[in-house]
Amino acid sequence: MISAITTEKIVKCLLSVTALISVAILFIIVIHIFINGVGVLDLQFLSDSPRRFEEGGIFPQIVGTLLLVAVCMAFAAPIGVASATYLVEYAPDGLVTKSIRFFVDCIAGIPSIVIGLFGLAFLVYYLGLGTSLISGGLALSFMILPWTIRVSEEAIKTVPCSYREASYALGASKWQTIRNVVLKNATPGIITGILLGTGKAMGETAVVLLTAGSGLESFLPESVLDPVGSLPVYLYIMATQGHTSAAYNRAYGAALVLILIFLGISVLAVFLRDHYRR
Amino acid sequence: MAKIEIKNLDVHYGDAHCLKGIDIEIQENKVTALIGPSGCGKTTFLRTLNRMNDISGADVKGEVILDGANIYDGLTDVISLRKRVGMVFQQPNPFPMSIFDNVAYGPKIHGIKDKTELSSIVEDSIKQAALWDDVGDRLNESALKLSGGQQQRLCIARTLAVNPEVVLFDEPCSALDPISTSKIEALIRELKKDYTIIIVTHNMQQAARISDFTAFFLMGVLIEFGETSKIFEKPECEKTEEYITGRFG
Repeated sequence: MISAITTEKIVKCLLSVTALISVAILFIIVIHIFINGVGVLDLQFLSDSPRRFEEGGIFPQIVGTLLLVAVCMAFAAPIGVASATYLVEYAPDGLVTKSIRFFVDCIAGIPSIVIGLFGLAFLVYYLGLGTSLISGGLALSFMILPWTIRVSEEAIKTVPCSYREASYALGASKWQTIRNVVLKNATPGIITGILLGTGKAMGETAVVLLTAGSGLESFLPESVLDPVGSLPVYLYIMATQGHTSAAYNRAYGAALVLILIFLGISVLAVFLRDHYRR
Repeated sequence: MAKIEIKNLDVHYGDAHCLKGIDIEIQENKVTALIGPSGCGKTTFLRTLNRMNDISGADVKGEVILDGANIYDGLTDVISLRKRVGMVFQQPNPFPMSIFDNVAYGPKIHGIKDKTELSSIVEDSIKQAALWDDVGDRLNESALKLSGGQQQRLCIARTLAVNPEVVLFDEPCSALDPISTSKIEALIRELKKDYTIIIVTHNMQQAARISDFTAFFLMGVLIEFGETSKIFEKPECEKTEEYITGRFG
């Protein structure tokens, strides 16, 4: 018979080990990528364009990734905030909001490759936007829209009701209240959520693989209708088509850059949130 | 003179019948106190006067006549009504903005853009709310840095800034310490020169100290209404006497 105290100790020990395992997995991945990727990371790799298969750098891919998420958020952020505002402030509670939320959750659950296929069929071919920055950015925005709606909803809900009441009691209309009080106070939360969403969108491969470009583009897009390279697709091509250690190392280099940008955005998000909270 | 006449007012929230056949006249430039145990409908009553109950979906029947016009007649513009009938809440609820912006919020949404005009409205309102000595030199600081009592006086200043005729107070001192409470009470006595004031309070002494008229509510019914001195010294109804002497409630 094991005493309660011993059980307590064993449980605590087991739980802390599992917590440790999850942290360890993260560290192993990051260290693995760092060790393998840091070798190719030099100024040329960061500032040059890909030349042939295993030469040159990934500058167009870095810029392309940033452009893709910028286009993505140019659509997903305003639509997300507006939808969330409607859901929280205007939509009658009940069937309407429930079904909208259900469908939003459904979009969130669609595998990204399926959204990519839809982007290919609808944006690239049907609308004739071609394999391009705009196709890739829009397809990404379909994928990230549930996220922007959800984070905006959460941010709007945290604005205390007493602020709304105070505004109404002063004779403010609903829209004045939403614009001047609700959205103003929800902005830090919305910005943080959208930045984190940007991080998610940035690493997305399947969607941009089918809609944005081949990954090895050696040029920067001159318009939104030009194809655009991106880090995840470059990484995918290097890792699957290269079959040489040089190609693998370039894949790791791209992965490391991707992680560093992601980390940068996350830190910025947390910093902004803390800054606004004070 | 009667500023607001309430005739046969019934309020339902879903199945709950919160106010039953209320008839009352609110006198201009007087302080009217609403007393009664929790859940008696006094706050609901207060919130029918500026139609804040609309937001939470109350079903209101009867008439609330402000200066001769029924505010529930379907013609009333709720926005201009709430500009005329201001409200101060139980918990101080300044916006998380600067002191200046809090007070300027109302005038701004009602279309005043001129900076000098806004500044003078803000200054006048804060002075009227007896807060100028506390904050006059730091109007750009966050309102959330103020103490609870100062925040509540700021909320009063914010309400006065849109130049209302009636000011509703919903237990404005229940979250405050005795010193802040006495400041707010003195302020209310001062404000009645310019405004018609209706205040919900749980504090009998407060009602006795600051009000000219007192209305006693019980279970959604107006039990007794009259001059405060009469209600407190010679109440007609036994229930009223029991309540104000603290035998129930």
